[in-house]
Amino acid sequence: MTHQQALEVLAGQRGQRIVITTMGSIAIWPKLSDTPLDFAYIPSSMGQGPALGLGLALAHPERGVIVVNGDGCTLMNLGCLVTMAGNPANLFLIIIDNGLYEVTGGQARPGGSVDFAGLARSAGIERVYQFDTAEAWRARAAEALSGSGPAVICLKVDGKLGQKTPAPPQPMRGQVARLRQALTR
Amino acid sequence: MLDGPAVAAALRECGVTHVIWVPDTHIGAWEAALVAEPSLRLIRVCREGEAIAVAGGLLLGGKKPIVLIQCTGFFEAGDALRNIVHDMKLPLFLIVGVRSYYAHQQGKTADNCPLFTEPIVQAWQLPYQVFTEQNGTADLVSCYRQAQAENRAGAILLAEGT
Repeated sequence: MTHQQALEVLAGQRGQRIVITTMGSIAIWPKLSDTPLDFAYIPSSMGQGPALGLGLALAHPERGVIVVNGDGCTLMNLGCLVTMAGNPANLFLIIIDNGLYEVTGGQARPGGSVDFAGLARSAGIERVYQFDTAEAWRARAAEALSGSGPAVICLKVDGKLGQKTPAPPQPMRGQVARLRQALTR
Repeated sequence: MLDGPAVAAALRECGVTHVIWVPDTHIGAWEAALVAEPSLRLIRVCREGEAIAVAGGLLLGGKKPIVLIQCTGFFEAGDALRNIVHDMKLPLFLIVGVRSYYAHQQGKTADNCPLFTEPIVQAWQLPYQVFTEQNGTADLVSCYRQAQAENRAGAILLAEGT
């Protein structure tokens, strides 16, 4: 499936949850959804999207948080899977696996074919899904995103070479302010 | 001198909601008291940068977390600190254990942790105060409240070791 297709399916199923996007997804998501509950994590601390989302999910368990992470940044902080399992929260981690560091131009990430779903299960996450095609993801997205987290959803997407580093849809200060305002309503 | 029950009581007094930690041998002795304090939730994470990012999410969500880590992990967590404190402008507060602090003062250790801790905290432009055995919970409460009142980040560097 393409990265665009993966996120289009998510946009149709995210409900009222907070969506934190990272890396290559930031170039796509704001065109699909740009509400106060959409948070483009850029500038970021690489690999810390799931941790940021966990904090938000612990603060607002009724709301729920979806973190759209890359495969490269997931590898930068694999311990986040264990932390998610050890601190159950209404958190859905989507791992976009394109096998590349796409935002730096498309260099191969380490590890070749990494079994992220297997890693998540081994870390203690009970709800783990893996979809390799848009059709399969579309057919079960509602189920995968139903109920409460923690859950990990691994999506295999086509990698693209020559991509530019995405720009923030708006400055971080503005994003922080509008998300905080939305959460205090 | 800070011990577990005193720290737990001080954090309750400050209105702290979550403690995110990767313990060291000194801070780790506070575990039972932190777990027993009903106003606190102890969040165990795998790495110190992760602790800072979890605290960032809690701050975004309106909670009042504190991060407890050792200086060695603080060294590793610089990128998360840079992002949460300087990109996101969130009032992160940390207690950072400084391994071998007293031995270093006496020239009795080859441990270079005390040598690097303060310069690195200064490099990250993080306001801080060194806590020795002379400091008590009133100082902790005061330090935390001052950072909160100024809506800024802050850290206590906790002198450890003999």
